[in-house]
Amino acid sequence: MKKNKFVKIIASSFLLLSSITTGYADDISKGLEIAKEADKRDTGFVDSTAKMKMILKNKQNQTNTREVKVKTLEVIGDGDKGLSIFNTPKDIKGTASLTYSHALKPDEQWLYLPALKRVKRISSKNKSGPFMGSEFAYEDISSQEVDKYTYKYIKDDVLDGINCFVVERYPAYKHSGYTRQIAWINQQEYRPEKIVFYDRKNTLLKTLTYTDYQQYLNKFWRADAMHMVNHQTGKSTTLSWKDYKFKTGLTDKDFNRNSLKRAK
Amino acid sequence: MNINLNSPAPSGISLYALTALTLMLVSFQSLAEWSGDISFQNRYFLHDPLAQNPEQHNNYLSISSEIEYYNNFDSDDKSVTFTPFVRFDQYDKERSHGDIRELFYEQVYDGWELRLGISKVYWGVTESQHLVDVINQTDNVENTDGEDKLGQPMIKASFEKDWGVVDLFILAYFRERTFQDIEGRPRAFPVVDSNQANYESSDEEQHIDYALRWFQYFGDLELGLGYFNGTSREALFTPGNRNGQTVLTPYYPQMQQASLDAQLTTEEWLWKLEAIVRDWQNIDINTAQLIDESFFALTGGFEYTFVGVYESDADLGLVMEYLYDDRGIEATAIFQNDIMLGLRLAMNDADSSEALLGVIYDLDNQERLISLEASKRFAENWTGTLEVRGFNKIDRLSRLKGIEDDDFIQIDIAYYF
Repeated sequence: MKKNKFVKIIASSFLLLSSITTGYADDISKGLEIAKEADKRDTGFVDSTAKMKMILKNKQNQTNTREVKVKTLEVIGDGDKGLSIFNTPKDIKGTASLTYSHALKPDEQWLYLPALKRVKRISSKNKSGPFMGSEFAYEDISSQEVDKYTYKYIKDDVLDGINCFVVERYPAYKHSGYTRQIAWINQQEYRPEKIVFYDRKNTLLKTLTYTDYQQYLNKFWRADAMHMVNHQTGKSTTLSWKDYKFKTGLTDKDFNRNSLKRAK
Repeated sequence: MNINLNSPAPSGISLYALTALTLMLVSFQSLAEWSGDISFQNRYFLHDPLAQNPEQHNNYLSISSEIEYYNNFDSDDKSVTFTPFVRFDQYDKERSHGDIRELFYEQVYDGWELRLGISKVYWGVTESQHLVDVINQTDNVENTDGEDKLGQPMIKASFEKDWGVVDLFILAYFRERTFQDIEGRPRAFPVVDSNQANYESSDEEQHIDYALRWFQYFGDLELGLGYFNGTSREALFTPGNRNGQTVLTPYYPQMQQASLDAQLTTEEWLWKLEAIVRDWQNIDINTAQLIDESFFALTGGFEYTFVGVYESDADLGLVMEYLYDDRGIEATAIFQNDIMLGLRLAMNDADSSEALLGVIYDLDNQERLISLEASKRFAENWTGTLEVRGFNKIDRLSRLKGIEDDDFIQIDIAYYF
């Protein structure tokens, strides 16, 4: 205990020192403010459904596709609830996953295997692992909560003619596959335009680009296409989204283990 | 219902009924979803059959298909599901069979749901055996792992409450376990004659069974309690006679079974437990008479996962389970004091390549059952599955006596649509 306290004092004096010399604390609070504003602007969608098509491309340009139906229930003050139902590849048709995401404690996750009619609680530790063999990790596509990262504002930048805040963020989740991410946040709409990911060794790993944003209910922005390139393997994955619907009347009862079993 | 494609009149009628029903469902397919697979299987045995089984072969080809029809109405709250299955086996006339895996209507109300018809239900958490999974009969001719199930006619009501989910079942018809024909392999010796099945209940297969299940989760802990009252899915065997040949005839006693299943999920660890207490009749080893018996059995263990081994995307899981039955050598179950060790590899690649290697080791007589299952996807619509089963050091007094030379390698190539 004594040692911890000592470390804290050292750490806080270091923070104090650096804030005096570089404005570090200001950058941290500005980074957090941007994240909070982005979160605020995406609050109130209540629920959504959409169809997602994943196109996996390897170095030889061979492609694999997956079609997934995604249902989301907004949970105010905690992570959202999500249900993903696989339509293709055909051999896993009907497989579905239910996730209760949380900001700080680990997500709760269940998988439904239709061949055995079995619901399996699965460990959420593999958040850094690939989602369905794609270049997206589970942590990339799970609900983005403010508390999942700490932040630091870096600079303003112009990306393809769009004024952006450049914010560095550090995963709070100890098993994250990343040391840091650099996000370009649209200054007008507070939506991400690009995110660059650095792996556990702090080496450039992936770049995610958001394109074809659409606005729903005059408020919520969703990108029709999300393109992830892995710089280390040369592989890439494109997510194309369609049929977005909001406030469809979904409730908690659509996100429990019984609904997981009958999800189609 | 089970349709034996080789027995005479009644099955023919069932097959027509099945076809008629299929056509009826096709007729309003505008709302419907069809999917399914056709699978080609080759099972190759490494050794010649035992001298006691001259009818058996060294290589078996078969083809199977399962099709699912699904249709919903009123924004997903009402649905119909129909899943017929059929297999044709080169030699085994009992393995050539059809079954309606599912044919049910389901309606979702506020806080509860009702399912009427033929359906499949899974209870449990462990990998090596499935003690608490008692609703559906095992389609024993399909595979040696007992994971293929026959469709069970039922009325199921499921209530979702804050204190857990309660499922109530009325199981309105008994499905007999399927057994291999004389040319089938691996199989019991002597061959089982399903046509001579006997029951404790005078209602025979018409006996109505009841079951009840509660399950809930408390953070990282999942807990299930189950109760079943009705005809045992597990068969006992008595010697019989068919055309002058000795056969085994199945006997299905009544049973009451209470069960518990639990899983604790922490970051890398999954801790699992299944336990049952059963009251039923068994055949006394010494007197060959039916006696009342109660026993306790459990399966418990863990799965530990190394995530992203050697900085790859692959996950490697280590599975260990202990299998116990308090009847010891008199147990009707194969596993009474056994350890299962398993390795699960998931590549997490685009082809979903994965493998599970397992060994179940009998601590009393050193028998070893070895199992390997590996699968991957080819192109978009094809998968290949390799299965290897080995039966090693089978004891001469063991219930597995007779399959010691039945080690096989099986390849399934399946097309999905």
